[in-house]
Amino acid sequence: MFKDITLGQYYQTDSLLHRLDPRIKLTGTLVFIISLFIANSFTGYLIAAVFLITMIRLSNVPFSYIIRGMRAILFILFITMAFNLFLTPGEVLVKFGIFKITREGVYFAARMAIRLIFLIIGSSLMTLTTTPTQLTDAMEALMNPLRRFHVPVHEIAMMMSIALRFIPILMEETDKIMKAQMARGADFESRNLIKKVRSLIPILVPLFVSAFRRANDLAMAMEARCYRGGEGRTKMKPLVYRKRDRIAQLILLLFFAATIGIRAAGHWFPVI
Amino acid sequence: MGLKLENVTYTYETGTAMQVTALEGVSAEIPDDRFIGLIGHTGSGKSTLVQMLNGLLKPSSGHIYYNGEDIHGEGFDKKKLRSKVGLVFQYPEHQLFEETVLADVMFGPRNLGLTEEECRKRAVEALRHVGMEERFFEQSPFDLSGGQKRRAAIAGVLAMRPEILILDEPTAGLDPRGRDEILGLITDMKRQLHMTILLVSHSMDDVARYADRIMVMRRGKLVYNDVPLEIFKHSAELEEMGLSAPQITYIMEYLQARGLQVRADLLTVEEAAAEILKHRGELHV
Repeated sequence: MFKDITLGQYYQTDSLLHRLDPRIKLTGTLVFIISLFIANSFTGYLIAAVFLITMIRLSNVPFSYIIRGMRAILFILFITMAFNLFLTPGEVLVKFGIFKITREGVYFAARMAIRLIFLIIGSSLMTLTTTPTQLTDAMEALMNPLRRFHVPVHEIAMMMSIALRFIPILMEETDKIMKAQMARGADFESRNLIKKVRSLIPILVPLFVSAFRRANDLAMAMEARCYRGGEGRTKMKPLVYRKRDRIAQLILLLFFAATIGIRAAGHWFPVI
Repeated sequence: MGLKLENVTYTYETGTAMQVTALEGVSAEIPDDRFIGLIGHTGSGKSTLVQMLNGLLKPSSGHIYYNGEDIHGEGFDKKKLRSKVGLVFQYPEHQLFEETVLADVMFGPRNLGLTEEECRKRAVEALRHVGMEERFFEQSPFDLSGGQKRRAAIAGVLAMRPEILILDEPTAGLDPRGRDEILGLITDMKRQLHMTILLVSHSMDDVARYADRIMVMRRGKLVYNDVPLEIFKHSAELEEMGLSAPQITYIMEYLQARGLQVRADLLTVEEAAAEILKHRGELHV
Protein backbone atom coordinates (compact mmCIF):
# COMPACT_ATOMS: atom_id res chain seq x y z
CA MET A 1 0.00 0.00 0.00
CA PHE A 2 2.85 2.36 0.83
CA LYS A 3 5.16 0.79 -1.72
CA ASP A 4 4.48 3.63 -4.17
CA ILE A 5 6.03 6.33 -2.00
CA THR A 6 9.60 6.69 -3.21
CA LEU A 7 10.11 10.25 -1.97
CA GLY A 8 12.78 10.34 0.73
CA GLN A 9 13.70 6.68 0.48
CA TYR A 10 17.11 5.12 -0.03
CA TYR A 11 17.82 3.41 -3.35
CA GLN A 12 20.23 0.52 -2.92
CA THR A 13 22.89 0.45 -5.64
CA ASP A 14 26.53 1.33 -6.14
CA SER A 15 27.59 4.63 -7.72
CA LEU A 16 30.01 7.48 -7.33
CA LEU A 17 27.28 9.52 -5.67
CA HIS A 18 26.52 6.69 -3.22
CA ARG A 19 30.18 6.46 -2.22
CA LEU A 20 30.63 10.21 -1.73
CA ASP A 21 31.03 11.46 1.83
CA PRO A 22 27.59 12.27 3.23
CA ARG A 23 28.84 15.64 4.53
CA ILE A 24 29.59 16.89 1.04
CA LYS A 25 26.26 15.52 -0.19
CA LEU A 26 24.38 17.34 2.54
CA THR A 27 26.18 20.66 1.99
CA GLY A 28 25.90 20.09 -1.76
CA THR A 29 22.14 19.77 -1.51
CA LEU A 30 21.94 22.95 0.57
CA VAL A 31 24.13 24.83 -1.92
CA PHE A 32 21.98 23.56 -4.79
CA ILE A 33 18.77 24.72 -3.10
CA ILE A 34 20.24 28.15 -2.33
CA SER A 35 21.48 28.53 -5.89
CA LEU A 36 17.97 27.78 -7.18
CA PHE A 37 16.81 30.90 -5.38
CA ILE A 38 19.78 32.97 -6.50
CA ALA A 39 19.26 32.10 -10.14
CA ASN A 40 16.61 34.31 -11.73
CA SER A 41 17.31 33.90 -15.44
CA PHE A 42 16.73 30.95 -17.69
CA THR A 43 20.48 30.68 -18.27
CA GLY A 44 20.82 30.20 -14.52
CA TYR A 45 18.20 27.45 -14.54
CA LEU A 46 19.89 25.85 -17.52
CA ILE A 47 23.12 25.53 -15.51
CA ALA A 48 21.18 24.07 -12.58
CA ALA A 49 19.52 21.62 -14.98
CA VAL A 50 22.83 20.51 -16.43
CA PHE A 51 24.23 20.09 -12.91
CA LEU A 52 21.19 18.11 -11.78
CA ILE A 53 21.11 15.82 -14.85
CA THR A 54 24.81 15.09 -14.44
CA MET A 55 24.20 14.16 -10.80
CA ILE A 56 21.28 11.89 -11.73
CA ARG A 57 23.46 10.14 -14.32
CA LEU A 58 26.21 9.71 -11.72
CA SER A 59 23.79 8.28 -9.15
CA ASN A 60 22.79 5.15 -11.13
CA VAL A 61 19.21 5.65 -9.93
CA PRO A 62 16.78 5.12 -12.82
CA PHE A 63 15.19 8.40 -13.92
CA SER A 64 11.74 6.79 -13.94
CA TYR A 65 12.16 5.89 -10.26
CA ILE A 66 12.90 9.52 -9.35
CA ILE A 67 9.94 10.74 -11.39
CA ARG A 68 7.67 8.29 -9.61
CA GLY A 69 8.46 10.04 -6.33
CA MET A 70 7.33 13.34 -7.89
CA ARG A 71 3.77 12.11 -8.22
CA ALA A 72 3.22 12.69 -4.51
CA ILE A 73 3.78 16.44 -4.86
CA LEU A 74 2.09 16.95 -8.23
CA PHE A 75 -0.98 18.37 -6.53
CA ILE A 76 0.97 21.04 -4.62
CA LEU A 77 2.80 21.89 -7.80
CA PHE A 78 -0.43 22.48 -9.74
CA ILE A 79 -1.92 24.64 -7.02
CA THR A 80 1.17 26.86 -6.84
CA MET A 81 1.26 27.15 -10.60
CA ALA A 82 -2.44 28.03 -10.78
CA PHE A 83 -2.09 30.77 -8.16
CA ASN A 84 0.87 32.32 -9.94
CA LEU A 85 -0.75 31.99 -13.33
CA PHE A 86 -4.08 33.65 -12.48
CA LEU A 87 -3.27 36.05 -9.67
CA THR A 88 -0.21 37.92 -10.96
CA PRO A 89 -1.10 41.42 -12.15
CA GLY A 90 0.43 42.73 -15.36
CA GLU A 91 0.04 42.72 -19.12
CA VAL A 92 -3.06 40.64 -19.92
CA LEU A 93 -2.61 37.85 -22.47
CA VAL A 94 -5.89 35.92 -22.26
CA LYS A 95 -9.07 36.76 -20.38
CA PHE A 96 -12.13 34.64 -19.70
CA GLY A 97 -14.69 35.76 -17.13
CA ILE A 98 -13.00 36.88 -13.95
CA PHE A 99 -9.84 34.90 -14.79
CA LYS A 100 -7.04 36.50 -16.67
CA ILE A 101 -3.60 35.24 -17.58
CA THR A 102 -0.84 37.80 -17.70
CA ARG A 103 2.60 37.68 -19.27
CA GLU A 104 4.14 38.07 -15.82
CA GLY A 105 1.90 35.29 -14.51
CA VAL A 106 3.17 32.83 -17.10
CA TYR A 107 6.71 33.85 -16.31
CA PHE A 108 6.26 33.46 -12.55
CA ALA A 109 4.40 30.16 -12.83
CA ALA A 110 7.10 28.67 -15.04
CA ARG A 111 9.81 29.89 -12.69
CA MET A 112 8.03 28.52 -9.65
CA ALA A 113 7.48 25.16 -11.30
CA ILE A 114 11.13 24.87 -12.31
CA ARG A 115 12.30 25.80 -8.81
CA LEU A 116 9.96 23.36 -7.09
CA ILE A 117 10.71 20.45 -9.39
CA PHE A 118 14.48 21.00 -9.20
CA LEU A 119 14.32 21.43 -5.44
CA ILE A 120 12.48 18.18 -4.91
CA ILE A 121 14.52 16.15 -7.36
CA GLY A 122 17.71 17.61 -5.88
CA SER A 123 16.86 16.81 -2.29
CA SER A 124 15.39 13.39 -3.06
CA LEU A 125 18.59 12.59 -4.94
CA MET A 126 20.41 13.04 -1.65
CA THR A 127 18.12 10.70 0.28
CA LEU A 128 18.15 8.20 -2.60
CA THR A 129 21.93 7.92 -2.45
CA THR A 130 22.53 8.32 1.30
CA THR A 131 21.46 5.89 4.00
CA PRO A 132 19.67 7.45 7.00
CA THR A 133 22.62 6.47 9.20
CA GLN A 134 25.10 8.30 6.98
CA LEU A 135 22.80 11.28 6.83
CA THR A 136 22.57 11.65 10.59
CA ASP A 137 26.31 11.07 10.91
CA ALA A 138 26.84 13.95 8.50
CA MET A 139 24.39 16.12 10.40
CA GLU A 140 26.11 15.39 13.67
CA ALA A 141 29.49 16.25 12.14
CA LEU A 142 28.26 19.47 10.56
CA MET A 143 26.46 20.60 13.72
CA ASN A 144 29.47 19.86 15.88
CA PRO A 145 30.52 23.53 16.29
CA LEU A 146 27.16 24.16 18.01
CA ARG A 147 28.28 21.98 20.89
CA ARG A 148 30.17 24.98 22.20
CA PHE A 149 26.81 26.65 22.79
CA HIS A 150 25.57 23.62 24.77
CA VAL A 151 23.37 22.33 21.96
CA PRO A 152 22.90 18.54 22.55
CA VAL A 153 24.17 17.69 19.06
CA HIS A 154 24.63 13.97 19.61
CA GLU A 155 21.21 13.55 21.16
CA ILE A 156 19.53 15.41 18.32
CA ALA A 157 21.34 13.22 15.78
CA MET A 158 20.45 10.05 17.68
CA MET A 159 16.78 11.01 17.85
CA MET A 160 16.81 11.77 14.14
CA SER A 161 18.36 8.45 13.23
CA ILE A 162 15.92 6.52 15.42
CA ALA A 163 12.99 8.42 13.93
CA LEU A 164 14.23 7.76 10.40
CA ARG A 165 14.87 4.12 11.19
CA PHE A 166 11.33 3.68 12.46
CA ILE A 167 9.57 5.12 9.43
CA PRO A 168 9.84 1.97 7.27
CA ILE A 169 9.16 -0.27 10.28
CA LEU A 170 5.97 1.55 11.19
CA MET A 171 4.91 1.70 7.56
CA GLU A 172 5.30 -2.05 7.27
CA GLU A 173 3.47 -2.50 10.55
CA THR A 174 0.57 -0.33 9.36
CA ASP A 175 0.38 -2.35 6.18
CA LYS A 176 0.28 -5.59 8.18
CA ILE A 177 -2.37 -4.36 10.62
CA MET A 178 -4.51 -3.03 7.79
CA LYS A 179 -4.35 -6.38 6.06
CA ALA A 180 -5.17 -8.23 9.27
CA GLN A 181 -8.25 -6.05 9.83
CA MET A 182 -9.25 -6.36 6.19
CA ALA A 183 -9.11 -10.12 6.66
CA ARG A 184 -11.71 -9.54 9.38
CA GLY A 185 -13.91 -7.70 6.90
CA ALA A 186 -12.84 -4.11 7.70
CA ASP A 187 -13.59 -1.64 4.93
CA PHE A 188 -11.14 1.20 4.40
CA GLU A 189 -12.59 2.40 1.13
CA SER A 190 -15.79 3.94 2.47
CA ARG A 191 -16.45 7.48 1.24
CA ASN A 192 -18.46 8.45 4.28
CA LEU A 193 -16.21 10.69 6.40
CA ILE A 194 -17.45 9.51 9.81
CA LYS A 195 -17.11 5.89 8.76
CA LYS A 196 -13.66 6.64 7.43
CA VAL A 197 -12.48 8.15 10.71
CA ARG A 198 -14.01 5.28 12.63
CA SER A 199 -12.31 2.71 10.45
CA LEU A 200 -8.97 4.17 11.58
CA ILE A 201 -9.42 3.05 15.19
CA PRO A 202 -8.71 -0.64 14.48
CA ILE A 203 -5.45 0.48 12.83
CA LEU A 204 -4.31 3.22 15.19
CA VAL A 205 -4.78 1.37 18.48
CA PRO A 206 -2.63 -1.64 17.50
CA LEU A 207 -0.14 0.70 15.82
CA PHE A 208 0.35 2.74 18.99
CA VAL A 209 0.60 -0.39 21.11
CA SER A 210 3.29 -1.75 18.81
CA ALA A 211 5.17 1.57 18.64
CA PHE A 212 5.37 1.68 22.42
CA ARG A 213 6.44 -1.96 22.57
CA ARG A 214 9.17 -1.33 20.02
CA ALA A 215 10.37 1.82 21.76
CA ASN A 216 10.56 -0.10 25.00
CA ASP A 217 12.51 -2.95 23.40
CA LEU A 218 14.90 -0.53 21.74
CA ALA A 219 15.58 1.37 24.95
CA MET A 220 16.27 -1.93 26.69
CA ALA A 221 18.62 -3.10 23.92
CA MET A 222 20.50 0.21 23.99
CA GLU A 223 20.91 0.05 27.74
CA ALA A 224 22.05 -3.57 27.54
CA ARG A 225 24.85 -2.35 25.28
CA CYS A 226 25.79 0.34 27.79
CA TYR A 227 24.59 3.29 25.72
CA ARG A 228 24.76 6.48 27.76
CA GLY A 229 24.97 9.33 25.28
CA GLY A 230 27.67 10.55 22.93
CA GLU A 231 30.43 11.15 25.50
CA GLY A 232 33.51 9.17 24.41
CA ARG A 233 31.55 7.12 21.88
CA THR A 234 33.50 5.97 18.82
CA LYS A 235 32.14 5.04 15.43
CA MET A 236 32.35 1.76 13.53
CA LYS A 237 32.48 3.61 10.23
CA PRO A 238 34.07 7.02 10.85
CA LEU A 239 33.59 9.57 8.08
CA VAL A 240 36.73 10.02 6.00
CA TYR A 241 37.20 12.86 3.54
CA ARG A 242 38.83 11.44 0.38
CA LYS A 243 40.17 12.86 -2.84
CA ARG A 244 36.86 12.37 -4.64
CA ASP A 245 35.14 14.39 -1.92
CA ARG A 246 37.58 17.25 -2.47
CA ILE A 247 36.91 17.11 -6.21
CA ALA A 248 33.17 17.16 -5.52
CA GLN A 249 33.71 20.19 -3.30
CA LEU A 250 35.55 21.97 -6.10
CA ILE A 251 32.81 21.21 -8.64
CA LEU A 252 30.24 22.45 -6.17
CA LEU A 253 32.14 25.71 -5.68
CA LEU A 254 32.42 26.22 -9.44
CA PHE A 255 28.69 25.61 -9.86
CA PHE A 256 27.87 28.07 -7.11
CA ALA A 257 30.23 30.68 -8.52
CA ALA A 258 28.68 30.26 -11.98
CA THR A 259 25.17 30.77 -10.58
CA ILE A 260 26.20 33.95 -8.78
CA GLY A 261 28.15 35.11 -11.81
CA ILE A 262 25.16 34.74 -14.10
CA ARG A 263 22.90 36.56 -11.70
CA ALA A 264 25.42 39.41 -11.48
CA ALA A 265 25.87 39.45 -15.24
CA GLY A 266 22.09 39.57 -15.67
CA HIS A 267 22.07 42.58 -13.39
CA TRP A 268 24.59 44.53 -15.43
CA PHE A 269 23.79 43.24 -18.93
CA PRO A 270 20.04 42.50 -18.86
CA VAL A 271 20.09 40.88 -22.33
CA ILE A 272 21.45 37.55 -21.09
CA MET B 1 -15.15 -27.11 -4.35
CA GLY B 2 -12.64 -25.02 -2.42
CA LEU B 3 -9.83 -22.87 -3.76
CA LYS B 4 -7.88 -23.34 -6.94
CA LEU B 5 -4.71 -21.54 -8.00
CA GLU B 6 -3.77 -21.44 -11.63
CA ASN B 7 -0.26 -20.46 -12.64
CA VAL B 8 -0.06 -17.67 -10.04
CA THR B 9 2.94 -15.33 -10.20
CA TYR B 10 3.65 -12.31 -8.03
CA THR B 11 6.49 -9.78 -8.09
CA TYR B 12 7.22 -7.08 -5.53
CA GLU B 13 8.62 -3.67 -6.55
CA THR B 14 8.23 -4.31 -10.24
CA GLY B 15 10.59 -2.30 -12.40
CA THR B 16 13.21 -1.38 -9.81
CA ALA B 17 16.53 -2.82 -8.72
CA MET B 18 14.75 -4.33 -5.71
CA GLN B 19 12.39 -6.42 -7.87
CA VAL B 20 11.65 -9.73 -6.18
CA THR B 21 9.67 -12.60 -7.61
CA ALA B 22 7.80 -13.91 -4.59
CA LEU B 23 5.71 -16.48 -6.44
CA GLU B 24 6.38 -18.17 -9.73
CA GLY B 25 3.84 -20.22 -11.62
CA VAL B 26 2.12 -21.76 -8.60
CA SER B 27 -0.79 -24.08 -9.41
CA ALA B 28 -2.58 -26.01 -6.70
CA GLU B 29 -5.96 -27.06 -5.47
CA ILE B 30 -7.26 -26.80 -1.92
CA PRO B 31 -10.31 -29.07 -1.70
CA ASP B 32 -12.92 -28.96 1.08
CA ASP B 33 -12.52 -30.53 4.51
CA ARG B 34 -8.77 -31.11 4.42
CA PHE B 35 -5.87 -30.36 6.70
CA ILE B 36 -3.08 -29.02 4.56
CA GLY B 37 0.39 -28.05 5.71
CA LEU B 38 2.26 -25.34 3.81
CA ILE B 39 5.96 -25.53 4.46
CA GLY B 40 8.92 -23.51 3.31
CA HIS B 41 12.02 -21.74 4.49
CA THR B 42 11.85 -18.02 5.40
CA GLY B 43 11.34 -16.03 2.22
CA SER B 44 10.03 -18.95 0.18
CA GLY B 45 6.76 -17.15 -0.57
CA LYS B 46 4.45 -18.82 1.95
CA SER B 47 3.07 -15.59 3.40
CA THR B 48 2.62 -14.07 -0.04
CA LEU B 49 0.73 -17.15 -1.17
CA VAL B 50 -1.74 -17.08 1.72
CA GLN B 51 -2.46 -13.39 1.15
CA MET B 52 -3.39 -14.31 -2.41
CA LEU B 53 -5.98 -16.77 -1.22
CA ASN B 54 -8.32 -14.21 0.35
CA GLY B 55 -7.68 -11.51 -2.21
CA LEU B 56 -5.45 -9.21 -0.13
CA LEU B 57 -2.82 -9.39 -2.85
CA LYS B 58 -3.60 -9.59 -6.53
CA PRO B 59 -1.47 -11.92 -8.66
CA SER B 60 0.78 -10.24 -11.23
CA SER B 61 -0.41 -12.99 -13.54
CA GLY B 62 -2.49 -16.13 -13.18
CA HIS B 63 -5.90 -16.75 -11.63
CA ILE B 64 -7.40 -17.82 -8.32
CA TYR B 65 -10.81 -19.48 -8.23
CA TYR B 66 -13.08 -19.86 -5.23
CA ASN B 67 -15.84 -22.39 -5.85
CA GLY B 68 -15.14 -22.01 -9.55
CA GLU B 69 -15.35 -18.20 -9.62
CA ASP B 70 -12.37 -15.99 -10.43
CA ILE B 71 -11.86 -13.91 -7.26
CA HIS B 72 -10.52 -10.94 -9.24
CA GLY B 73 -13.28 -11.24 -11.81
CA GLU B 74 -15.84 -8.46 -12.26
CA GLY B 75 -18.56 -8.27 -9.64
CA PHE B 76 -16.94 -10.75 -7.28
CA ASP B 77 -17.64 -9.87 -3.64
CA LYS B 78 -14.23 -9.73 -1.93
CA LYS B 79 -15.72 -9.03 1.48
CA LYS B 80 -17.71 -12.24 1.29
CA LEU B 81 -14.62 -14.10 0.17
CA ARG B 82 -12.74 -12.82 3.23
CA SER B 83 -15.46 -14.12 5.51
CA LYS B 84 -15.34 -17.53 3.82
CA VAL B 85 -11.55 -17.73 3.65
CA GLY B 86 -10.41 -16.72 7.13
CA LEU B 87 -6.79 -15.64 7.44
CA VAL B 88 -5.00 -15.56 10.78
CA PHE B 89 -1.77 -13.61 10.36
CA GLN B 90 1.51 -14.24 12.12
CA TYR B 91 1.40 -12.83 15.65
CA PRO B 92 -2.35 -12.20 15.33
CA GLU B 93 -2.47 -10.75 18.87
CA HIS B 94 -0.96 -7.56 17.38
CA GLN B 95 -4.29 -6.80 15.73
CA LEU B 96 -6.33 -6.62 18.97
CA PHE B 97 -7.78 -3.16 19.59
CA GLU B 98 -11.14 -3.23 21.37
CA GLU B 99 -11.86 -2.55 25.02
CA THR B 100 -13.04 -6.07 25.80
CA VAL B 101 -12.21 -9.48 24.41
CA LEU B 102 -15.81 -10.06 23.39
CA ALA B 103 -16.06 -6.74 21.53
CA ASP B 104 -12.85 -7.50 19.67
CA VAL B 105 -14.08 -10.89 18.51
CA MET B 106 -17.35 -9.24 17.43
CA PHE B 107 -15.46 -6.92 15.06
CA GLY B 108 -15.47 -9.46 12.21
CA PRO B 109 -19.17 -10.40 12.39
CA ARG B 110 -20.08 -6.70 12.71
CA ASN B 111 -18.27 -5.97 9.47
CA LEU B 112 -20.46 -8.62 7.85
CA GLY B 113 -23.48 -6.49 8.75
CA LEU B 114 -25.09 -8.99 11.10
CA THR B 115 -27.43 -8.04 13.94
CA GLU B 116 -25.89 -7.24 17.32
CA GLU B 117 -27.46 -10.37 18.77
CA GLU B 118 -26.09 -12.61 16.03
CA CYS B 119 -22.62 -11.02 16.36
CA ARG B 120 -22.59 -11.73 20.08
CA LYS B 121 -23.74 -15.30 19.54
CA ARG B 122 -21.00 -15.97 17.00
CA ALA B 123 -18.34 -14.31 19.16
CA VAL B 124 -19.25 -16.37 22.24
CA GLU B 125 -19.27 -19.52 20.13
CA ALA B 126 -15.86 -18.72 18.62
CA LEU B 127 -14.37 -17.96 22.03
CA ARG B 128 -15.65 -21.31 23.32
CA HIS B 129 -14.04 -23.06 20.36
CA VAL B 130 -10.65 -21.62 21.23
CA GLY B 131 -11.12 -22.65 24.85
CA MET B 132 -11.47 -19.16 26.31
CA GLU B 133 -13.14 -19.09 29.70
CA GLU B 134 -16.15 -16.85 30.19
CA ARG B 135 -14.50 -14.78 32.91
CA PHE B 136 -12.13 -13.31 30.27
CA PHE B 137 -14.93 -12.11 27.96
CA GLU B 138 -15.31 -8.70 29.56
CA GLN B 139 -11.61 -8.15 30.24
CA SER B 140 -9.33 -5.94 28.18
CA PRO B 141 -7.50 -8.06 25.60
CA PHE B 142 -4.30 -6.24 26.55
CA ASP B 143 -4.43 -7.74 30.05
CA LEU B 144 -4.37 -11.33 28.80
CA SER B 145 -1.29 -13.55 28.70
CA GLY B 146 0.50 -14.14 25.39
CA GLY B 147 -1.15 -17.48 24.68
CA GLN B 148 -4.60 -16.18 25.60
CA LYS B 149 -4.19 -13.12 23.42
CA ARG B 150 -3.43 -15.38 20.50
CA ARG B 151 -6.53 -17.47 21.17
CA ALA B 152 -8.67 -14.35 21.31
CA ALA B 153 -7.22 -13.20 18.00
CA ILE B 154 -7.86 -16.58 16.36
CA ALA B 155 -11.43 -16.42 17.68
CA GLY B 156 -11.72 -13.04 15.96
CA VAL B 157 -11.32 -14.74 12.60
CA LEU B 158 -13.27 -17.84 13.57
CA ALA B 159 -16.31 -15.73 14.50
CA MET B 160 -16.81 -14.98 10.81
CA ARG B 161 -17.46 -18.71 10.33
CA PRO B 162 -15.00 -19.31 7.52
CA GLU B 163 -15.09 -22.46 5.40
CA ILE B 164 -11.35 -22.34 4.97
CA LEU B 165 -9.13 -21.26 7.85
CA ILE B 166 -5.57 -20.24 7.02
CA LEU B 167 -3.13 -19.88 9.90
CA ASP B 168 0.26 -18.29 9.23
CA GLU B 169 2.74 -19.70 11.75
CA PRO B 170 0.21 -19.80 14.59
CA THR B 171 2.77 -21.23 17.00
CA ALA B 172 5.52 -18.63 16.42
CA GLY B 173 6.97 -17.32 19.67
CA LEU B 174 5.10 -19.77 21.91
CA ASP B 175 6.69 -22.21 24.33
CA PRO B 176 6.33 -25.98 23.64
CA ARG B 177 3.24 -26.24 25.80
CA GLY B 178 1.55 -23.25 24.19
CA ARG B 179 2.42 -24.70 20.81
CA ASP B 180 0.82 -28.06 21.57
CA GLU B 181 -2.26 -26.31 22.93
CA ILE B 182 -2.76 -24.19 19.83
CA LEU B 183 -2.17 -27.13 17.47
CA GLY B 184 -4.52 -29.31 19.51
CA LEU B 185 -7.11 -26.56 19.33
CA ILE B 186 -6.81 -26.38 15.56
CA THR B 187 -7.34 -30.12 15.11
CA ASP B 188 -10.34 -30.03 17.44
CA MET B 189 -11.86 -27.19 15.45
CA LYS B 190 -11.25 -29.08 12.24
CA ARG B 191 -13.03 -32.13 13.61
CA GLN B 192 -16.00 -30.24 15.00
CA LEU B 193 -16.53 -27.63 12.30
CA HIS B 194 -15.41 -29.61 9.22
CA MET B 195 -13.53 -26.76 7.69
CA THR B 196 -10.43 -26.84 5.59
CA ILE B 197 -7.31 -25.89 7.50
CA LEU B 198 -4.22 -24.52 5.83
CA LEU B 199 -1.40 -24.43 8.34
CA VAL B 200 1.69 -22.46 7.38
CA SER B 201 4.83 -23.46 9.21
CA HIS B 202 8.53 -24.04 8.81
CA SER B 203 8.52 -26.90 11.26
CA MET B 204 7.94 -30.34 9.77
CA ASP B 205 7.31 -31.76 13.22
CA ASP B 206 4.31 -29.46 13.70
CA VAL B 207 2.83 -30.30 10.35
CA ALA B 208 3.64 -34.02 10.08
CA ARG B 209 1.40 -34.95 12.95
CA TYR B 210 -1.76 -33.24 11.71
CA ALA B 211 -1.71 -32.61 7.97
CA ASP B 212 -3.14 -35.02 5.46
CA ARG B 213 -1.41 -33.21 2.65
CA ILE B 214 1.78 -31.13 2.58
CA MET B 215 2.78 -28.42 0.13
CA VAL B 216 6.47 -27.50 0.08
CA MET B 217 7.60 -24.15 -1.28
CA ARG B 218 11.03 -23.08 -2.34
CA ARG B 219 12.02 -19.67 -3.74
CA GLY B 220 8.48 -18.89 -4.85
CA LYS B 221 7.83 -22.24 -6.46
CA LEU B 222 5.68 -25.11 -5.28
CA VAL B 223 8.10 -28.04 -5.35
CA TYR B 224 6.09 -30.78 -3.65
CA ASN B 225 2.37 -31.28 -3.10
CA ASP B 226 1.73 -34.72 -1.71
CA VAL B 227 0.77 -36.84 1.29
CA PRO B 228 3.26 -36.56 4.19
CA LEU B 229 4.81 -40.02 3.82
CA GLU B 230 5.70 -39.34 0.19
CA ILE B 231 7.15 -35.95 1.10
CA PHE B 232 9.47 -37.34 3.77
CA LYS B 233 11.00 -39.78 1.29
CA HIS B 234 12.79 -36.71 -0.06
CA SER B 235 14.56 -35.95 3.21
CA ALA B 236 17.86 -35.16 1.44
CA GLU B 237 16.19 -32.65 -0.90
CA LEU B 238 14.28 -31.12 2.00
CA GLU B 239 17.47 -30.56 3.87
CA GLU B 240 19.00 -28.83 0.91
CA MET B 241 16.07 -26.37 1.10
CA GLY B 242 16.83 -25.61 4.73
CA LEU B 243 13.96 -27.84 5.86
CA SER B 244 13.99 -31.25 7.42
CA ALA B 245 11.89 -34.36 7.79
CA PRO B 246 10.41 -34.88 11.28
CA GLN B 247 13.05 -35.75 13.85
CA ILE B 248 11.60 -39.20 14.25
CA THR B 249 12.29 -40.00 10.59
CA TYR B 250 15.98 -39.43 11.21
CA ILE B 251 16.03 -41.69 14.25
CA MET B 252 14.35 -44.50 12.35
CA GLU B 253 16.63 -44.08 9.34
CA TYR B 254 19.61 -44.21 11.67
CA LEU B 255 18.34 -47.38 13.31
CA GLN B 256 17.85 -48.92 9.86
CA ALA B 257 21.40 -48.02 8.91
CA ARG B 258 22.62 -49.72 12.06
CA GLY B 259 20.85 -52.94 11.03
CA LEU B 260 17.53 -52.80 12.85
CA GLN B 261 14.71 -53.81 10.48
CA VAL B 262 12.26 -51.03 11.48
CA ARG B 263 10.04 -49.03 9.15
CA ALA B 264 11.11 -45.43 8.59
CA ASP B 265 7.83 -44.17 7.12
CA LEU B 266 6.32 -43.13 10.44
CA LEU B 267 5.15 -39.70 11.48
CA THR B 268 4.79 -39.52 15.24
CA VAL B 269 6.83 -40.42 18.26
CA GLU B 270 4.06 -42.76 19.45
CA GLU B 271 4.09 -44.77 16.21
CA ALA B 272 7.85 -44.95 16.29
CA ALA B 273 7.90 -46.18 19.89
CA ALA B 274 5.47 -48.97 19.04
CA GLU B 275 7.54 -49.94 15.99
CA ILE B 276 10.78 -50.11 17.97
CA LEU B 277 9.13 -52.19 20.66
CA LYS B 278 8.02 -54.70 18.00
CA HIS B 279 11.67 -55.24 17.14
CA ARG B 280 12.81 -55.51 20.71
CA GLY B 281 14.08 -59.05 20.13
CA GLU B 282 16.58 -57.89 17.49
CA LEU B 283 18.28 -55.39 19.78
CA HIS B 284 21.83 -56.22 20.78
CA VAL B 285 22.78 -53.69 23.39
